Amino acid sequence: MKTTRHPGSAILRGLVWAAAALSVLILLSILVFILVKGIPNLNAGLFAREYTSENCSMLPAILNTVKLTFFSLLLAVPLGVFSAIYLAEYARRGSRLVKAVRLTTETLAGIPSIVYGLFGYLMFNISMGLGYSLLAGVLTLSIMVLPTILRTTEEALLAVPDLYREGSFGLGAGRLRTVFRIVLPAAAPGVLSGVILAIGRIVGETAALIFTSGTASGTAGLTTSGRSLAVHMYALWNEGLHMGAAYATGVVLLVLVVGINSLAAWAAGKVSRGTV
Amino acid sequence: MRRQKFRESAMRAVFLLCACVSILAVALICWFLFSSGVPAMGKIGVGSFLFGEKWKPNANLYGILPMILGSVYATAGAILVGVPLGLLTAVFLARFCPARLHRTLRRAIDLLAGIPSIVYGFFGLMALVPLGQLLFGGSGKSLLTASVLLGIMILPTVVSVSETALRAVPDSYYEGALALGATHERAVFTAVLPAARSGILAGVVLGVGRAVGETMAVIMVAGNQTAMPSGLLRGVRTLTANIVIEMGYATDLHREALFATGVVLFVFILLINLAFSCLKRKGAGA
Repeated sequence: MKTTRHPGSAILRGLVWAAAALSVLILLSILVFILVKGIPNLNAGLFAREYTSENCSMLPAILNTVKLTFFSLLLAVPLGVFSAIYLAEYARRGSRLVKAVRLTTETLAGIPSIVYGLFGYLMFNISMGLGYSLLAGVLTLSIMVLPTILRTTEEALLAVPDLYREGSFGLGAGRLRTVFRIVLPAAAPGVLSGVILAIGRIVGETAALIFTSGTASGTAGLTTSGRSLAVHMYALWNEGLHMGAAYATGVVLLVLVVGINSLAAWAAGKVSRGTV
Repeated sequence: MRRQKFRESAMRAVFLLCACVSILAVALICWFLFSSGVPAMGKIGVGSFLFGEKWKPNANLYGILPMILGSVYATAGAILVGVPLGLLTAVFLARFCPARLHRTLRRAIDLLAGIPSIVYGFFGLMALVPLGQLLFGGSGKSLLTASVLLGIMILPTVVSVSETALRAVPDSYYEGALALGATHERAVFTAVLPAARSGILAGVVLGVGRAVGETMAVIMVAGNQTAMPSGLLRGVRTLTANIVIEMGYATDLHREALFATGVVLFVFILLINLAFSCLKRKGAGA
């Protein structure tokens, strides 16, 4: 009844529904294109132990990605979680330092990965003399994902009711004990979702790594150059000789990142239902 | 007791130090970028660097105006594609979506946000570039293709921030409009949407930041010609693309000019960030 009397409203409603449908359609077409082009190109040679210019194996790149992720988290998680603890549990709200940290964290979150790449190259590769190496990539990435971990952890800590802290203080626990024994465990799913989001960013990262950990095709140690999976994909495209292998890598990368992000969503869902 | 007190204050100091890392990181990034890029600008001449129309490293010509315009045009295109679509989707999510559909749709948007830019680039290469060839002829790698791809990439940002802003509008606005006889649609578009203005704008600004800084996807579909942008269907090169494409082999002044390109990009981003935090504060205050 309403729609017949108000054609303008009907049009608006149509537009809104169409927009939502188009958004979903775009997502679906991305997934379909990547899968359809990539899956036929998957073969056993792509997962061979060694990379050769014939098999274009992505296994070394996968191993490099795992290493990059592990070591970046090793640095970024304690840094991010401790910063968040300071902001949420120790600092006076609205103090100058808190404002400065918040502003710089926002700035870090907004800096594009290519700028991180340039900075990492200038500072770690050149000034510190690390050269193209996984370590340079790790240092760059850990700064890049710091704001992600910091912010999600802080939000999770602030979502823990003050009742928990008061109870703990009331029982005679100090501040430190309260934080580690009571508040942090209660906020764990939130912290976890931040960490998983950070993993997703690291795995998908390209621009920050090309000039820091470089594009060497083999399995790398910390001090040697090696490409991550995303960089591997870029390098294959850049060479232009093995597009099939690049498409196949795309499938693996997409499945990995989508899986990681679903995991983060699951963890975040736990926090919103769990603690409060 | 004293040991415990010591431990408390020691850990407090550790937490404090960690909190200062972000500040240190921003300071270091600024220092390294500016100290490597600014001298090159001096050598080339600020005017002829920023406003020079020719980028020919072989001839010692380092003008990045084509790339600045390339970034600006591609971002503007991304806004034209991504914002209307994202805003309408956000309105749908906040005010039209049946509860059962909401979860699925939200997850779809989150999924879109998580796809790595290199995968977007391949999607552009496999889907949008051939589509461009089919519709308009030529190579298919153009400003238009880049704009569409970037528009898709900023979609989740625009949707998420706008939806949050729309949900933050008090229900009384909507109910008031209904009470005055407006239909559901009219109430949403004339009462709720304007009230969420600054939050939505913040989302758009955040999207602009993403589009300006996007690198890997853009170099795959934009064509990357260094000439001045000359039309929607011609190729462009963005600031980010300029850095990635030439860093591998650049030396001396050429290399420094690329660092300087990074400085220009960085300053753009800082300005956008500033605009974003101002808008966010305004949105929170309202």
